[in-house]
Amino acid sequence: MAALTAPARAAENSAKRVGGSRWTGYWLLAPGALWLGLFFVIPFYSLVSASLFDPNGSVLTGYKVSYHFANFGTALKDYHAELLRSLGYAGLATLICLVIGYVLAYAIAFKSGRWRNLLLVLVIAPFFTSFLLRTLSWKLILADHGFVVSTLQHLHVLGHDGRLLNTWIAVVAGIVYNFLPFMVLPLYASLEKIDGRLVEAAGDLYASPFKAFFKVTWPLSLPGVVAGTLLTFIPAAGDYINAQLLGSPGERMVGNVIQSLFTSSQDYATAGALSLILMVIIIAMVLAYIRKIGTEDLV
Amino acid sequence: MSQASEGSRSLHLSQVTKEFASFTAVKSLDLDVPHGSFFALLGPSGCGKTTTLRMVAGLETPTSGTIRVGDTDITYAKPYQRPVNTVFQSYALFPHLDIYENVAFGLRRRRSKEVDKQVTEMLELVELESQARKKPAQLSGGQQQRVALARALINRPEVLLLDEPLGALDLKLRRSMQLELKRIQTEVGLTFVHVTHDQEEAMTMADTIAVMNAGVIEQMGAPDELYENPRTTFVANFLGQSNLIAGKIIGREKGYDGQPVVTVDMQGTVASIPAARAHADTGAGWVGVRPEKVLIAPAGEQIDAPGSRLTGGVVTDASFVGVSTQYLVRMPWGQELMAFEQNTGARPILSPGTKVDVSWRPEFAFLLDASQDARAGIEDD
Repeated sequence: MAALTAPARAAENSAKRVGGSRWTGYWLLAPGALWLGLFFVIPFYSLVSASLFDPNGSVLTGYKVSYHFANFGTALKDYHAELLRSLGYAGLATLICLVIGYVLAYAIAFKSGRWRNLLLVLVIAPFFTSFLLRTLSWKLILADHGFVVSTLQHLHVLGHDGRLLNTWIAVVAGIVYNFLPFMVLPLYASLEKIDGRLVEAAGDLYASPFKAFFKVTWPLSLPGVVAGTLLTFIPAAGDYINAQLLGSPGERMVGNVIQSLFTSSQDYATAGALSLILMVIIIAMVLAYIRKIGTEDLV
Repeated sequence: MSQASEGSRSLHLSQVTKEFASFTAVKSLDLDVPHGSFFALLGPSGCGKTTTLRMVAGLETPTSGTIRVGDTDITYAKPYQRPVNTVFQSYALFPHLDIYENVAFGLRRRRSKEVDKQVTEMLELVELESQARKKPAQLSGGQQQRVALARALINRPEVLLLDEPLGALDLKLRRSMQLELKRIQTEVGLTFVHVTHDQEEAMTMADTIAVMNAGVIEQMGAPDELYENPRTTFVANFLGQSNLIAGKIIGREKGYDGQPVVTVDMQGTVASIPAARAHADTGAGWVGVRPEKVLIAPAGEQIDAPGSRLTGGVVTDASFVGVSTQYLVRMPWGQELMAFEQNTGARPILSPGTKVDVSWRPEFAFLLDASQDARAGIEDD
């Protein structure tokens, strides 16, 4: 034993550690598995069964799982407009977030110098106030006699009695505002990792700054673009606060429908079916999107 | 390009200065790199060599001065408008593109025709045909280095800039890449400007070396010329090793072969240095001699050198390195001289403590101005 060299001893120690650790991995997984079991698997099971309730059930008569698959048809027939509107609003908001967020993340990553950390703190600063409160403030900002509307009326961008509140513009603006940090942070993380010398090399190889951006910076930032758009689009598609506070019934999103079906009309069957439809659509879209962009190939 | 225009395609830097906020990186640099030469900018880190290179590439703008390629002033041209390409220190290969597309990048930006033929040829030149569809991360350091070279070379620049291109490779690979680079340069006949801090690398590859220190060029010339006849203590120490012995300059006279020499009183012994190798005229001076030129013999025995010998030395250290033995000899005035002797087998190795005399052929000594630091350019690592 005394003859063992230091590296040999270290190797033996680590072998012992590996041998004794057969269960360590599972123990480390346990808290997460327990959490997901309690708060994802069980609720998901209950959601699926709710979507198959007999639609004639009520709080008084009770609900029965009757494998009533027609619930999905009913939900689609009655609420396809809200469903499409949700995807449209979320898609548009994601696109706007991407444009604003990319420029912002780019500036923070490459041009901010010693202000970088301060700017990053400012990006997440809105989280220090409640989501509801911030959305309610937008109500004031976009109010009919607020300075935004009157300025736009003055500039003839809006008509004499034009308004922003209770229009789709207000809803999309609210979503953009609320989800922008989720776009900026992953974009910043992937832009910040890009080696500036690669951009120099592109310039050295006859790429104008414009070409260098599209041939080098943009493709290398795609992992951030994918992460940012998913983190924005998925919650935005299911959001109902923005539509409820900033929109009118004409801007109802699928989240609002589900919320009112669950809480007001207690039509759990349709609400459950609609929730599952939304989930399936989002998963399908995300899979198609990731396959198209091909994240595995990115560095 | 016709032969007639060859002369006008060289790279000229005149009075180029680059100041950063807190220091001056390059001070009124003048440089002429003839077309087709392999030129090395050699110096320790922070001497301004990389800044000079970046100014030629267009990645830094000079504070003053002009940079020309042939008759075209490119001082303020954008990097992508210059007939110059760079092999970056860390290669800077595009990680999202495969080897083929990395090499084709410059051609595609210039909408060049026959991209496929040119890329295939270039990959053949650097012996990477089989790796064309791999990503840079899948290649070894030496292969990545060759991709970086191919990516720059394929554009046939007037000047190819190499920024410590072999710095990240291990010693053995570096040696073989040095020969490879030299072969490719001869083959394509382009001007290479190679920045390095490795004096052996510069001497192996370059036709002309400019030794840079603290933002200025200390000396420029062919490798053997710089090595044999350094003009400053920095060059004497940075390029190889030197013994520098303090002396007092006596004056000029005719040497034993009729050529003018400068005589120096060197610790009581008179040494003659050929006038062409004397870079000081009066007052104090450093007499320099390369360790392999120092001849060593046990006290009183014959030494194969004309003229006076230095007596009273004692061997303090003898390291046997196979082809040669490196001696340290303490002289009566306290200085330790280095002497490298070939192991011809003529005489057994002298052990420490042996009393010895040393001498050298006068034509190998050089004389430097004593106002310079005798330790300038000695690397501590």
